[in-house]
Amino acid sequence: MIFFVLRRSFFAIVLLLIVSAFTFVIFSALPSDPAALTCGKNCRPEVIESNRERLGYDRPLVEQYGAYMKGIFAGRTYGEEGSSIHCSAPSLGYSYDRHECVTTLIASTLPVTASIALGAFVLWMVIGVGLGTLAALKRGRWQDRVATAFSVIGVSLPTFFLGLIFIMVFVIWTGLLPFPRYTGLTENPVEWFMSLLLPWFVLAIISAATYVRMTRNGILEVMNEEFVRLGIAKGLPRRRLIVTYVLRAALVPIVTIAGLDFAFLLGGALVTESIFNLPGLGKLTLAAVINSDLPILVATTMVSAVFIVVANTVVDILYGYLDPRVRVK
Amino acid sequence: MTLLSVRDLRVTFGTADGDVHAVKGVSFDVSPGETVAIVGESGSGKSVTANSLLRLNFGADVRTSGQVLLEGRDILAMSDEEVRHVRGREVAMIFQDPLTALNPFYSVGRQIGEAYAVHHPEASKKELREIALDSLHKVGIPEPGKRIDQHPHEFSGGMRQRIVIAIALVNSPKILIADEPTTALDVTVQAQILELIAAMQAEHGSAVILITHDLGVVAEITERVMVMYAGRVVESAAVADAFVTPTHPYTRGLLKSVKSLDSVRHERLESIPGIPPSLINLPSGCPFHPRCAHADSLAGRCSTEVPELRRVGPGSSACHLPDERLLNLLGGAHER
Repeated sequence: MIFFVLRRSFFAIVLLLIVSAFTFVIFSALPSDPAALTCGKNCRPEVIESNRERLGYDRPLVEQYGAYMKGIFAGRTYGEEGSSIHCSAPSLGYSYDRHECVTTLIASTLPVTASIALGAFVLWMVIGVGLGTLAALKRGRWQDRVATAFSVIGVSLPTFFLGLIFIMVFVIWTGLLPFPRYTGLTENPVEWFMSLLLPWFVLAIISAATYVRMTRNGILEVMNEEFVRLGIAKGLPRRRLIVTYVLRAALVPIVTIAGLDFAFLLGGALVTESIFNLPGLGKLTLAAVINSDLPILVATTMVSAVFIVVANTVVDILYGYLDPRVRVK
Repeated sequence: MTLLSVRDLRVTFGTADGDVHAVKGVSFDVSPGETVAIVGESGSGKSVTANSLLRLNFGADVRTSGQVLLEGRDILAMSDEEVRHVRGREVAMIFQDPLTALNPFYSVGRQIGEAYAVHHPEASKKELREIALDSLHKVGIPEPGKRIDQHPHEFSGGMRQRIVIAIALVNSPKILIADEPTTALDVTVQAQILELIAAMQAEHGSAVILITHDLGVVAEITERVMVMYAGRVVESAAVADAFVTPTHPYTRGLLKSVKSLDSVRHERLESIPGIPPSLINLPSGCPFHPRCAHADSLAGRCSTEVPELRRVGPGSSACHLPDERLLNLLGGAHER
């Protein structure tokens, strides 16, 4: 098992190196000149050139990549003595647009995005798996129809539409909730909770829709398995049979997908964060896209990739625990 | 004394294409310790009959009528909770495919222990482990101490069927239903499993109801055989009688379509003409009449009237042919 974990981790690191190289190459190949973007429209060429040199964009690509990777582990100083800017490790570059180290920017968004992702994840798993289980157990009855309808609506609703409707209904019409303004958990837990309630539900409803269907179908499939029949023939009580036989088997693939979906959400919920004005990774990314802030885009892409790769590895390892058939000796 | 008495069992599955009459009025008795075989082709209703004994027919629209009396108590009339106490404790079941019958997520020891614990909630963990170890040992799993914590996928098909048998017998049931217990196994393993079932039966004193399409299996371990066709019992007799002097034309065809080792080398293997009938649109009258060579000799009676199971010679047969013709159908010339 330890060998398996080590091997998977090794491959994860290799994969991240490849991803980082790709990201770097793709963003360098973009037509926009990162140096030109460092100052406004009516910029003198000398300033552009001096900034180019300062930020290292005049070097060959391989050297730039090397400097970038080194920065992640050792920190990086831009420019000469006197007018230099230092970003300490792990440095993911410097945003000229915002005059700040990218790492600092991303670090400030992570608690927000993590709060959104975690709450939405818990909520969607509860709604998705709960409704899916209910639908499967009450197959063909009204509970099943309601769950199926919910799932169809959830899948077809665009995030921005549901988000705007929520704001209209809960904030503008009924005034049940204040207009969302993000507050840190440590500052004021109640306000933190209130400000995230709507985005949690928006994300949860849209993601849960898929999980309702997956859970329902998974359970119905497992119920036809011969081992479940043997469980019934043993005389197991229904509740125990459903929990220890049916759900146990049906949830294995769902856990796998949930892990990846969660990681994806950690990379930032672009639309939801923008609608609810949450200063998370998604909003940072969106702003960077609009402003062509390449250093931030490279960094957020890589951070998202890290989340996905790490989640993949964790899910792979977890799978070994969940399903004895893939357990490695 | 009868242990199990099935009276006019009927099972119908409602489907989009119409009602499937899987079992149409089956009655039989089983005495304690007896071994009975139910034989028939696929779709003859033998498995549905077996599943009905524990109410294991599932589906959106299953209609069951008749009685399944276990020591006088009607299983079909019991509450779900009452049936649960019969399942695995008084009547246990061995399934056809051992590769899918065991829960892949739990160790075999846990699954055997669980079968006991369901009906003995007072048993401690230590006791359950002892029982599982003992069961594994009895069904011939080598090194049970090591194997007890392994999962089903770590066992071969034959070994898994032994574990399924261990689960079925852990509560010493009065009746053991074996639904094609050797069909999914290698030929070399089949005999071992049959021997094991026979040995376990001797030890626990259980009655065995063996569902099979394999006449060789029937000859090997059973005393009495019921032949089913299109949801009905067409012949019921002691194995010796049924094999030597089958009365029903269907049984006769079934026996002729089996090749025995001493049959003449280039002799043509006979088969029953036609295919088993659709259970949605059964033929009128005797369901076997479209395939029966004797149907024309009774002036249309076979296509209009369903023959009842009646005493013919030492056994029973459901055929309109007169007794003497049924008994002389083979002229005693069947070479088996």
